[in-house]
Amino acid sequence: MLALLSAVMRIFEIPMAFLQRVLGIKRLAWVFLAPNLILFSLFAFLPVILNIVYAVTGGDQILLKDRSFVGLDNFDTLSKCTNYLDPNSCQKDIFWRSVHNTGWFIVLQVGFMVGFSLLTALVLNRDIRARGFFRSVFFFPVLLSPVVVALVWKWILQRQGLLNAGLDSMGFEPVLWLLERKWTFAWSIFLSVWAHMGFYTLILLAGLQAIPRDVYEAALMDAAKPFRTFRKITLPLLMPTMLVVMILALIKGVQTFDEVYAFSGGGPGSATTLVIQYVYETGFAGAPRLFGLASAASIMLALVLVVLTGLQLWATRKNADG
Amino acid sequence: MTKKNLLKKGAALASLALGLASFSAASATAQELRFMCSSDGNECATFRELFDKFEAANDGVSIVIEDVPYKSILENLPIQLAAGTGPDLAKVTDLGGLNQYYLDITPHVDAATWETNFGSTQPWFRGGDDDNGIYGMLTQLTVTGPFINKTLFDQAGVAVPGADADWDTWAAAANEVAKATGVTFPMAMDRSGHRIAGPAISYGAKLFADDGSPILVDDAFTAYVEKFVGWHKDGTMAPEVWGASGGTSYQDAKAEFINGDLVYYFSGSWQIQKMAESIGDDFDWQVVGSPCGAGGCSGMPGGAGVVGFEQTEHPELVGKLMDFLAQGDNYNYLTAKTLNIPAHAGVAANPVDYIDASEDAAAALNAFAAQVAGLSPIALKYQGFKHNRAMFNITLQRVSQAIVGELSVEDAMARAKTDLAEALAASQ
Repeated sequence: MLALLSAVMRIFEIPMAFLQRVLGIKRLAWVFLAPNLILFSLFAFLPVILNIVYAVTGGDQILLKDRSFVGLDNFDTLSKCTNYLDPNSCQKDIFWRSVHNTGWFIVLQVGFMVGFSLLTALVLNRDIRARGFFRSVFFFPVLLSPVVVALVWKWILQRQGLLNAGLDSMGFEPVLWLLERKWTFAWSIFLSVWAHMGFYTLILLAGLQAIPRDVYEAALMDAAKPFRTFRKITLPLLMPTMLVVMILALIKGVQTFDEVYAFSGGGPGSATTLVIQYVYETGFAGAPRLFGLASAASIMLALVLVVLTGLQLWATRKNADG
Repeated sequence: MTKKNLLKKGAALASLALGLASFSAASATAQELRFMCSSDGNECATFRELFDKFEAANDGVSIVIEDVPYKSILENLPIQLAAGTGPDLAKVTDLGGLNQYYLDITPHVDAATWETNFGSTQPWFRGGDDDNGIYGMLTQLTVTGPFINKTLFDQAGVAVPGADADWDTWAAAANEVAKATGVTFPMAMDRSGHRIAGPAISYGAKLFADDGSPILVDDAFTAYVEKFVGWHKDGTMAPEVWGASGGTSYQDAKAEFINGDLVYYFSGSWQIQKMAESIGDDFDWQVVGSPCGAGGCSGMPGGAGVVGFEQTEHPELVGKLMDFLAQGDNYNYLTAKTLNIPAHAGVAANPVDYIDASEDAAAALNAFAAQVAGLSPIALKYQGFKHNRAMFNITLQRVSQAIVGELSVEDAMARAKTDLAEALAASQ
């Protein structure tokens, strides 16, 4: 067995020894990095380049050889607006409605997500009965498929769903939750927070558990009130973890598509149409398939995401430097 | 190594070599066709039965059915075809839109017989007036139209409006029945640009200019949309269908009708099998004629067709298979088993003896079949128009926005015109 292993190692030794002679020991590291770099380039870097190429070409053909170069026309088409705050004044009004929807979605969704995750983590960090059970319960929705989450809540909220049945039994008038634009939007935020909260709760819980106990003991000895302890000790020490959670939640929020699409199809009207749904429908579900316009929209979204992430990282570094 | 071991190893190697050789030989003669299919009812299963018959008569031929959701046919198939990785055949509904990928099977079939049997629907598959190719056959001719819950009408004591009733008459009757019986929804229409087209045409919408170019929106179309939006506001139309969804997402009201909570359901003939299976004896239902207007009493034709693709490695076999499906006996079986309206002129000439069809289902099929002759030429042209999918999607988006109040009807129609112009420009 040892002889066999030795023989196998010798097979690898020959080319590696050759490479070391040719490249030198320092450049040999690239040989080990090469497989990962190639895969990363193929599945991450190359699609980004292709996306940019599609964004500067026009037509409804998918093969690049059948597409014509149009420069920044697609970006120009998307940006044509008299007033960016009023989608009705824009040539691509659905795109700008989706931008507004996405903006509000991430502000509210990330805010509620971080808030509720922090609150839940604080409670789960305490020595409560069945703590392990509750930790599982809060994490369980994370394991569900987004389509399952969407359908379950759709059935609860529909006209003859569980919620209206409950309201009716208490003597209240049923509400057409999924026919009111504002309510559908609110519920789409709710189900997104409900589905993903457990993941961020776990991260914050780990952050809380990393705070040394003696700091709290010292605060207790100084008769510090619970809220002051939270404000002066917990929050500052948890801030780096919270910033990570906010960045992750922000990226995830901007990428939201599946659960909202399955929940409301982007409706009523375009009330819950987010940018990714616009990209999908423009590029794939619509007719004609406008790959260029869809790519341009996705690049505009990516640029916004890069700026927001950069701002948050700058805030993290500033906070870390004190 | 002993002599015995050597002999054993030699025999094993020889068997392996023989097995590989026979496998290669079999692979060389075996021909496999991939058929992408989606079902409204039992269409793919019925195709499987027919393909088994074809395989038995054609040694070495194997047909693999890729049974996929309808959305895959609409969204994934065109991408696969563009990338050159599509199947050999498929059951498609975007008949004109995929023309650039079709295989012309004229060299492999009896063109005269095909023209006789499928001549009226062949233009739907073609790329234009100067295209005379034979690309496929409609295996499932559909017609849009209304279903009513007859039991509810009887319980309410409301007479079913006559064949020449218009939309207002039907809306009034449906509201009366719903009020009398306590049913939630008087009327509903599938959220589909194809579905609303028939009523709009009946209302007088032309959809095309005199020179044949698409216009979609004219005064009659706008008038029907105004009416349609109004019915959603006053509760005549179930708002959950058009009013709750967005974008291009499809929504139907089948469940509400099957559950007996809907009086009048504007959908189409492909629903018959599902209705027959699900409703059973729960209540009586029937198909009535499309409501009438200035443009007639027309629904929209449609359906699915089997087409072959140019990228196939076995064009002759694809043609042979399609010719097999087009034979009277086989087509008749397909129609009878799937409870559909035949597009084959020879089969349609005699009543189809539907298999396992209930009385309601058989009556519904015959009622829809009878409406084929009354389809408006505008409807027939719209169905065969290459860019009809763009027009359907535009209608969906803008009418939904008008219903929920995001846009006024006037603004929605203005946007629809702009959308159409942009879509046509992008397709050039």
